[in-house]
Amino acid sequence: MAILINRETRVITQGITGKTGQFHTRQCREYAHGKDCFVAGVNPKKAGEGFEGIPVFATVKEARQQTGATVSVIYVPPAHAAAAIDEAVEAELDLVICITEGIPVRDMLRTRARMRGNKTLLIGPNCPGIITPGELKIGIMPGAIHQPGRIGVVSRSGTLTYEAVAQLTELGLGQSTCIGIGGDPINGLKHLDVMKLFNDDSETDAVLMVGEIGGTDEEACASWVKAHMKKPVVGFIAGVTAPPGKRMGHAGAIIAGGQGTAQEKIAVMEACGIRVTRNPAEMGKLLKSVL
Amino acid sequence: MKIHEYQAKKILSDYGVPIPAGVACFSVEEAIVAANQLGGDKWVVKAQIYAGGRGKAGGIKLAKSIAEVRQHAEAMLHRPLVTLQTGPEGRMVRRLYVEQEVSISHEYYVALVVDRAQQCISLIASEAGGMDIEQVAASTPNKIHKVSINPLTGLEAQDAEAIVRQIRLPESCFPAAISMLNALYQAFDENDVSLLEINPLVLTPDDHLMALDAKLNFDDNALLRHPEIAALRDLEEEDPLEVEASKHALSYIPLDGDIGCLVNGAGLAMATMDIIKLYGGSPANFLDVGGGATADNVTAAFKIMLRNPRLKAILVNIFGGIMRCDVIAEGIVQAAREVRLEVPLIVRLEGTNVELGRKILQESGLSIISASNMADAASKAVEAAAQCQSESTTKGG
Repeated sequence: MAILINRETRVITQGITGKTGQFHTRQCREYAHGKDCFVAGVNPKKAGEGFEGIPVFATVKEARQQTGATVSVIYVPPAHAAAAIDEAVEAELDLVICITEGIPVRDMLRTRARMRGNKTLLIGPNCPGIITPGELKIGIMPGAIHQPGRIGVVSRSGTLTYEAVAQLTELGLGQSTCIGIGGDPINGLKHLDVMKLFNDDSETDAVLMVGEIGGTDEEACASWVKAHMKKPVVGFIAGVTAPPGKRMGHAGAIIAGGQGTAQEKIAVMEACGIRVTRNPAEMGKLLKSVL
Repeated sequence: MKIHEYQAKKILSDYGVPIPAGVACFSVEEAIVAANQLGGDKWVVKAQIYAGGRGKAGGIKLAKSIAEVRQHAEAMLHRPLVTLQTGPEGRMVRRLYVEQEVSISHEYYVALVVDRAQQCISLIASEAGGMDIEQVAASTPNKIHKVSINPLTGLEAQDAEAIVRQIRLPESCFPAAISMLNALYQAFDENDVSLLEINPLVLTPDDHLMALDAKLNFDDNALLRHPEIAALRDLEEEDPLEVEASKHALSYIPLDGDIGCLVNGAGLAMATMDIIKLYGGSPANFLDVGGGATADNVTAAFKIMLRNPRLKAILVNIFGGIMRCDVIAEGIVQAAREVRLEVPLIVRLEGTNVELGRKILQESGLSIISASNMADAASKAVEAAAQCQSESTTKGG
């Protein structure tokens, strides 16, 4: 099934009554099997109402019980988004995708601490979401650039992921699943976690990994790839020209204390056998060359 | 968000962290009044800027008389201070902090940081305070001690005690040191601090602890719930164009090249800078218009980029997702109506509503170099900037 989601997945939208939640829920339903997959919304004040045929429940737990959905997507505003993740974790969902940008770090630290020992996986926050082309799109990425296929894509970025996907599609390389893990310093799945899933997925042949300055997640993933990965992995790291000490748009994209430079990440990835292009226009081409 | 040392000390002092007596001053006269008011016979005059490395750069001076206070204050105020962290142009000193001098028998280091790898807050301490902690970490990593803090339970008593033992504080100071660590954590937690650093934390000859310097950075995402902290923001310490950009919901960072970049999304914006460099050019800025930009925001972005006198070309690289290409196109047309575009404009549009966006640009009659993909866009931008360069060289004789 590619990874994490497919046409059988049933999804709850937390924040379905807001403008963003409505817009993207509509777009996701129009993509592939989305119509069957988005089965519930949550808003404690609007329980009993509906959005274009999707019933709205007071809580995630109730939405799960009534519809059998096991995945949720969050468009709740930043001040309340971490609490929305907590609620999904307490309802024991399998997967939560948090699109919201701008959640305070303190809130995310507490949410991550509460999640320890729970089975729920988190993608994001501050991410475009996840798509299994031709099956289901959960998030804000443009569906049309994707094509069903056998390449896995994992990235910390939004639009740079679209760029990567469009290059693959143009070369006729479809994607098994594409995941944007988000640009925040405290988040859910890391490159490493997603890489493990792709390694075990019989429908993925190779992985394109897109990273950026800040933190050491790409390095951690690269070490794992060297020791365990059975499939080719290629990469690109954004921010070779980024100055130190400056936050480059994403909360997590900052070179601090000499750590998190693109050069260091590229060096570690290459030392671990991952081919890395310096040219963001050639991500697709590089992947094609290793097949 | 950053704040000044004296503001950070005030916040920590409110949590019971001992600090030297001091007064913030905006003029030489105020500095003299402050020294007289503080009393004693030695003072420290400290330049207040949003950058470290002040001591070695002459931004922290000991004064042994009121005349020396005047002398140091005059030498610092309204002059740029160049430290290792300011860049060659330095930072204008507009505020001073005058403190009572404190006798030191040992210097320590204490910090609280958001630890990305562990996904928690870490308390870091060292017996080697008063110097660059990154150097200490590189040369004597055994002198750096660290404990992870679970945000749900806070700083554990045994962890606090372990740390004060590891940095070899005298046992008589343990209770004071532990209560100070608790105060620091409480201040960190309650104010959405993203970085807290006390370097040095000093031990006085009579075995008292005192925070001689203090640095606090705050999580920008949390400032809405701390209006009193947001009010401390000193806009004069920030780049005026970055401030202007933030008012228009743009994320802008000036660089030293000559090709302006306007991009949607932080990752793509960095990649655009990188490809310009790769193709032999030099980016003038990072600029992410975000996902919710309006035509007005895009116009503002153009105006900000065009304030850069070095600018030789502008590259617009848009991969529409939530951001629609037609909105960007309208912004470009509107900007061109409001300001004179004297540099070549290279535009690459892709994604949501791309056809409409291209049509708007075509019908505008603007002279635009359109590009079919990122590589094409970058090479055209680099070429255009180089041509612009040679023309101006020719004109200049």
